[in-house]
Amino acid sequence: MTLDAAPPLSPEGAAGRVSRATTTRRLNRLTLAKYRFCYLGLLPIFAIYWVLRLEPISRTFYLSFHDWHLIRPNRPWVGLTNYRELLDDPNFLMALWNTSLFAVAVVVLSVVVGLALSVLLAGNLRFTAAYQAIYFLPVITPMVPMAIAWKWIFDARIGILNYVLSWFGVSPIGWLTSPGVAIWSIIIMSVWKVLGYNMILLLVGLKNIPATLYEAASIDGAFGWRMFWRITLPLLRPIMLFVIVVSTINAYNVFTQVYVMTQGSQAAPGAQLRVLVFDIYQNGFQFFKMGYASAEAVVLTLIILALTLVQFRVIRVDEG
Amino acid sequence: MSPQAEGRPITPVQRARETWWRRVGMPLTTHTVLLAGCVAMLFPYLWMLGTSFKPPDETMLWPPRVLPIHWTWANYPKAMDAAPFGLYFFNSLLVSAGATLMVIATSLLAGFIFGKYQFPGKRLLFIVILASAMFPFETYMIPLYLTMKSFGWINTYQGIAAPYLIMSFGIFLMRQHIAHGIPDELVDAARVDGASELRIFLRVIVPLCSSAIGAIGILAFIQAWSAFIWPLLMATNKNMFLMELGLSTFQFRFTTEYHLLCAAAVLNTVPMLIAFVILRRRIMESVALTGLKG
Repeated sequence: MTLDAAPPLSPEGAAGRVSRATTTRRLNRLTLAKYRFCYLGLLPIFAIYWVLRLEPISRTFYLSFHDWHLIRPNRPWVGLTNYRELLDDPNFLMALWNTSLFAVAVVVLSVVVGLALSVLLAGNLRFTAAYQAIYFLPVITPMVPMAIAWKWIFDARIGILNYVLSWFGVSPIGWLTSPGVAIWSIIIMSVWKVLGYNMILLLVGLKNIPATLYEAASIDGAFGWRMFWRITLPLLRPIMLFVIVVSTINAYNVFTQVYVMTQGSQAAPGAQLRVLVFDIYQNGFQFFKMGYASAEAVVLTLIILALTLVQFRVIRVDEG
Repeated sequence: MSPQAEGRPITPVQRARETWWRRVGMPLTTHTVLLAGCVAMLFPYLWMLGTSFKPPDETMLWPPRVLPIHWTWANYPKAMDAAPFGLYFFNSLLVSAGATLMVIATSLLAGFIFGKYQFPGKRLLFIVILASAMFPFETYMIPLYLTMKSFGWINTYQGIAAPYLIMSFGIFLMRQHIAHGIPDELVDAARVDGASELRIFLRVIVPLCSSAIGAIGILAFIQAWSAFIWPLLMATNKNMFLMELGLSTFQFRFTTEYHLLCAAAVLNTVPMLIAFVILRRRIMESVALTGLKG
């Protein structure tokens, strides 16, 4: 993210050497007109940004220090009380654990499989376009209908997954009803959904690696895995970093598929699969504890910012 | 893999084996793996489609069947009767199209200003735009909801579309395009001809941005179309539901009528699938562009 270093040369500077005084005056008038256009143009845009992004982001922090109930008119400042309560809230702690497990699993699986896919598809294989389209399809398919389809594939009594597994002598598994398993069902479904996105981005990265590097390496006697470790992976680092950061952020905000798949008759009863955004939603919009929910949102924000920073540090990308 | 690397002489057998692997074995293995993956990727669609044509009693069969024994169309009209999916489709279309137009307009203007002008505070303002994208929507939806409530925008199209009206990435992408893709000379020439800055923007810049407009438009549309938690908060009136929200509510009403659910799910999937079939290349390229941000 670099900004333009050098300002464009103004043509007036070169052209108007006739009279310095007029040039300066004209320049000033022109510059002022430009400034006016810039600020006037950005004004509505920043007004929208203020209302829709900046103000809500800062107010989340403000609300988190208040006992802010939607119904009660009295909303006193309570300092860190909301945060202290969070530490003792079993629902929140469970949500935090579930979401973190979900994020780690989804990021690892979707990045590793996505990378493998992109490596296979980057070569001179036939039908690559068709493969890419098929693997990409779930990315743009709406989440709710696919969550419904998966929900019944996972069904414990009549689901086709248990049927296929029964061929191998596996006894029926409560994919969405048993607490330890439900999260893995959601993970499988989510990896299925985001895999294509990682694949597409990594493919772009792979295509940008100059073929001459591989030729040079093959002259030096490097093949297969060694090429992958020595050339592909290091050169893929910037895009890998991006893919990992984006996957992590998205995974921490998981909601829709959990909401659709783990509620209702054939799914987990009660709080068995609680994720952070669901907990925020419930505290804020079902119990109206908006201050408390904001404190949770702040924790989520801090986790995401911290993880992004750590990932930038670990997968350091050289400038330029 | 290659005996050449060890510097030993290659026997004809080894060479034949290697050629075979490169010509036949390797592609065959790769295709097998990729095809197996495709089956897994496509199976949920097939399952959903198959079930949507099953009569009610066939959804509970054991062993389960992917395709119906007796095909029936009846689930589709029944699902359409049970919930106004046509209206939900219209709502989704309206909200997504409105959001897309706003994102395109704001990205063009801001992209032009950040791409072709120098002014005090430019760097800071641009960083503010990029930094705000670091915060996922879910982390500030509570205050945003309160704002919308104070505007009286609950259950309105503008309220549901609100978070999707601007896109930092759109501004970033447009800035890149205008700064590097449109020569300064063009802008300066228009200025020498006496065109105002606004006129330069509308007559010179905008016509040259069609590819970036397309990409940003596709991303903005997908983003608004797949919104779920925000419409869930904003639309309490059933007539304001978007497709995804309508389907999830439908699901809680008809939990066990899986044939109807699947018909409704197919109806909810088809618009995007049609769009994907027509615009596949453009959509995939646009999504791939999001990697630029890194």
